[in-house]
Amino acid sequence: MTGAVNPGSVLTVEHLTVRFGGLTAVNDLSFDVRHGQITGLIGPNGAGKTTVFNCITGFYKPTTGLLTMTHQNGKSFYLDRMADFQVTAKARVARTFQNIRLFSGMTVLENLLVAQHNMLMQASGMSVAGVLGLPAYRHAEDGAKERAAEWLKRVNLYDRADDAAGELPYGAQRRLEIARAMCTDPVLLCLDEPAAGLNPRESAELNELLLSIRESDKTSILLIEHDMSVVMKICDHIVVLEYGQKISDGTPEQVKSDPRVIAAYLGVDDSEIESKPEIAELVSEAGAEIPQHKEGGRS
Amino acid sequence: MSKPQDSTPSHTRKLFLGALLVAVVALGLFGPLLGLKTEQNMDNQLVLLFRPWHAIIAILACVAAYLVIQAIKIAAAHREATAKPVAAQPSALGKYLAPGGLSFVFIYPLLVILLVGTSGIPKWVDNFGILILIYVMLGWGLNIVVGLAGLLDLGYVAFYAIGSYSYALLSLHFGWSFWLCLPVAGILAAFWGILLGFPVLRLRGDYLAIVTLAFGEIIYLVAKNWKDFTGGGAGISAPRITFFGIKFDGTPDGFAAWLSWVLSGITTTFGFDPVTIPPAPWYRTMFLYYVIVVLALMTAWVTLRLRRLPVGRAWEALREDEIACRSLGINTTNTKLTAFACGAFFGGLAGAFFGARQGFVDPEGFKFIESAIILAIVVLGGMGSLIGVALAAVAMQGGTEILRELDFLKHIFGDDFKPELYRMLIFGSAMVIIMLWKPRGFVSVRQPTAFLHEKKAIGVDNVKEGHG
Repeated sequence: MTGAVNPGSVLTVEHLTVRFGGLTAVNDLSFDVRHGQITGLIGPNGAGKTTVFNCITGFYKPTTGLLTMTHQNGKSFYLDRMADFQVTAKARVARTFQNIRLFSGMTVLENLLVAQHNMLMQASGMSVAGVLGLPAYRHAEDGAKERAAEWLKRVNLYDRADDAAGELPYGAQRRLEIARAMCTDPVLLCLDEPAAGLNPRESAELNELLLSIRESDKTSILLIEHDMSVVMKICDHIVVLEYGQKISDGTPEQVKSDPRVIAAYLGVDDSEIESKPEIAELVSEAGAEIPQHKEGGRS
Repeated sequence: MSKPQDSTPSHTRKLFLGALLVAVVALGLFGPLLGLKTEQNMDNQLVLLFRPWHAIIAILACVAAYLVIQAIKIAAAHREATAKPVAAQPSALGKYLAPGGLSFVFIYPLLVILLVGTSGIPKWVDNFGILILIYVMLGWGLNIVVGLAGLLDLGYVAFYAIGSYSYALLSLHFGWSFWLCLPVAGILAAFWGILLGFPVLRLRGDYLAIVTLAFGEIIYLVAKNWKDFTGGGAGISAPRITFFGIKFDGTPDGFAAWLSWVLSGITTTFGFDPVTIPPAPWYRTMFLYYVIVVLALMTAWVTLRLRRLPVGRAWEALREDEIACRSLGINTTNTKLTAFACGAFFGGLAGAFFGARQGFVDPEGFKFIESAIILAIVVLGGMGSLIGVALAAVAMQGGTEILRELDFLKHIFGDDFKPELYRMLIFGSAMVIIMLWKPRGFVSVRQPTAFLHEKKAIGVDNVKEGHG
């Protein structure tokens, strides 16, 4: 598909099916997320993208199917059999939300400290050493603060570390949510529409950030996105869903020219797509506007 | 502060119309309620008495209250319009409130002795000081569950009851002393907190509140009806507190004799005459006072410590957003259970102390109204704020006690006026007014638990109340 040497899968989704009552939200979906790559999950509204995310991160239990997370050291985890918090704590899958879920009454720094909960909890000796104020815990907390400060610098929020997260502008909240997810030290980072509501400049910054996460943190990324300027520029590999089924899977170039994808988004024929370079914009808008599915809530 | 734009004709007119409306409603209410009275005459007939002044005073009071509230609102709107927006900073008052209050708590009994003498101790130290401090401690305990973790608990008094009964029963059956029973009572209450926690883990908001309410009632009813075990409505006696094994009585082994012996030992060493301390009942009261001060401070200290630990941050994060918590790998089940257990632990300690203070435990002290009062203290204080909760406990408990001292009203309303009948009415109105004035409690800022550059208090608009 990418043509490169297969670097090995970090997440394998096999025959994933999710039914809510009579509605089949995801139908027999299989795909791979490769190690060290950015994988995009796209599709029209209601295609089941967020449902797939919720299965990967343990919030939903799949009706059938197998979700396997494989770390570089060979350890593997069956995500569909784990509680949601264990998916993050043990299998090290972190996620962000389509509608931002920050701890708005806590400071930016505190948000990042909460993300390092499990590490700090261990250092505090299940709170006993912490209550007694032993130095081991203080060192751990200083370390956690340093890590948080490092991430705040990377997402350009260092100066606002002591402000309430709820006071930040929208774009900054999106960045903070990514930084918070990264503070859990994930192997796979799942982003649900990270560019939604961002202006073009912020969108470009987001691209830089995600590329730097792939390069310097060696974290693989799976992202849902409607903004084609993000998807086509940074994704190594794209999976397209429609009505809960995979209709295309490959590099951005392959997906872009796949007639089934074009039909799903626009319902127009190939020649029109190829003749107009600005079609990418149209594609993203159509993805956001055409109501194609009866599944109302996407989360 | 001048506010010319507030006294425009339209404002005055609005105020006048509002006052008129209030007066009409008050007339409808108080006219029949206070203005008319039925009395039996000598022939056993009911006669209707007219008391216009009672009604008029009540109506005028309502109008005055309306005008005061409007004035506060206008002033606040004016301040908001003119003042430049500043971040919520701790004022000078807030800075000195904690150390000042703490010193006052320590010298309070001495002040009482200085001002009213030892005869005032049962009333001012026991009824005021100790009672308020018990509620401060209960408020701080419940604050962990409601204020920090955002779990609405309407049955907190159950843990208080479990603490009390644990102390009474353990000392009755095994002869354990107060100091041994105290931690055990706390641990037993925490255990029941976890037990309650399990079934309610999946519940949120109103549903959680209902189950905790039921739990409080269950404990009350068990205490009342399991006569063989708890003594039923008749209660059971609990031993009085001892000074590390020394009883507070007039016997040769009692506290007075012991204190005389200690002090004489000191004075004779320096060549003075031995002293004799006469036995008095207030030594125990003083000791109880300082015990509850220490217990309450321990609650505050542990809470402050826990807030800065991952578990405390997880509680607050849980209040802010439970789903986000789980997405960060936080085990929300354990987090909720620790919140319930910690809150219950301090409730249990307070309960054991209450048993030792009363010397007697019966179910009537553990009715639902107690849970409601403790919850009101937490909400009134500002959820999550220790100083706010302490102030609210003083206002709630001290306020209701102070309102017993309303005899001066007899000069206004005549000798047949019974001020104690109006105690709860005044108290209720005061609460309504406070909640209008400070909808999120006395202290409505949140102090962050960590900072990089400078510590800034967080305005209440961003802080969530939790959904259960």
